Amino acid sequence: MTEERVTFTLAGALAGARRCIPIAISGCGIGLVFGTLAGQAGLGTLEAALMSALVFSGAAQFVVLGLWASPLPVATIVLAALVVGLRHLLMGAALSPVFSKLPRPKAYASVFFMADENWALTMNEFSKGRRDAAFLLGGGFLMFLAWTGSTFVGGILGGAVEDPARWGLDFAFTAVFLALIVGMWKGKSDILPWTVAAAVAVAANQWLPGQWYILLGGLAGSFAGVMRRGH
Amino acid sequence: MVIDSATLIAIVLMALATYTTRAGGLWLASHFDLSEWAGAWLDQIPGAILVSLVAPTVLMGGPAEVLAALAVVIVAVRTGSLPAAMVTGVGTVLLLRILEANLL
Repeated sequence: MTEERVTFTLAGALAGARRCIPIAISGCGIGLVFGTLAGQAGLGTLEAALMSALVFSGAAQFVVLGLWASPLPVATIVLAALVVGLRHLLMGAALSPVFSKLPRPKAYASVFFMADENWALTMNEFSKGRRDAAFLLGGGFLMFLAWTGSTFVGGILGGAVEDPARWGLDFAFTAVFLALIVGMWKGKSDILPWTVAAAVAVAANQWLPGQWYILLGGLAGSFAGVMRRGH
Repeated sequence: MVIDSATLIAIVLMALATYTTRAGGLWLASHFDLSEWAGAWLDQIPGAILVSLVAPTVLMGGPAEVLAALAVVIVAVRTGSLPAAMVTGVGTVLLLRILEANLL
């Protein structure tokens, strides 16, 4: 796969955006909730929207809302954002065979817009042999607009959507990830790494706080997969 | 609508921390010559991360989540369509949760 030419075109960005439309719509629902809860935590509407635009990470932003207090525990908040973001290290590394072939400004601007969903769609795209790296940016930029805009609207409306589970919205991302897993299935060799990933993620989710389960499950599953291949 | 200075500092530092994690993996993997082993490991990451993202919800969730996950997998295998899988998942989980709330 490393021999193929990597492109970065407007058509690729538009394709990425198109694939992300259903995800961006669900993201709007979650953004409304975030805007509402941020208001309750004491953040102004403009502050919440600014956070969505600059941080652009639902997981990190919901976690720090729980830490928001006066005076502001800045160090704790930044540390929490860092820990929640650790899974991005693995995701960025997985992009590197394709993204290291891009001019640096394009690659490093694109990863600002890397979220779980458009990253997963991009890896799916690459696995089909298509190598337009702008796919990540296109999908991410649409999600960025949806996330920041809906945070702002949620802050203004205040309390319109308080519980995403009531609308089944919490399951939208699970459904997308499941469908991508189905598309990624290559055969029996996936059983061991995926079982290890699932077991470690479930255990970590039971016993560790926050988002550690994603990173630990991803590490354990990928190591199990490569060790199995190794012998 | 004003922006408090401590809040602004916290938001900017959070943004830097998050961007560092986004750029860091790409930077590390691009700046070291990857062995064949490391390349094989990178190939295994997407599946393992995706499985980890859904495993707690699907395996430890209630009957609504488990059945909705099953419906999503069936639709994904049959149609290969992402929007169809998403609508099926959200619709099924919504319906089953309403049923659960009214029957139990």
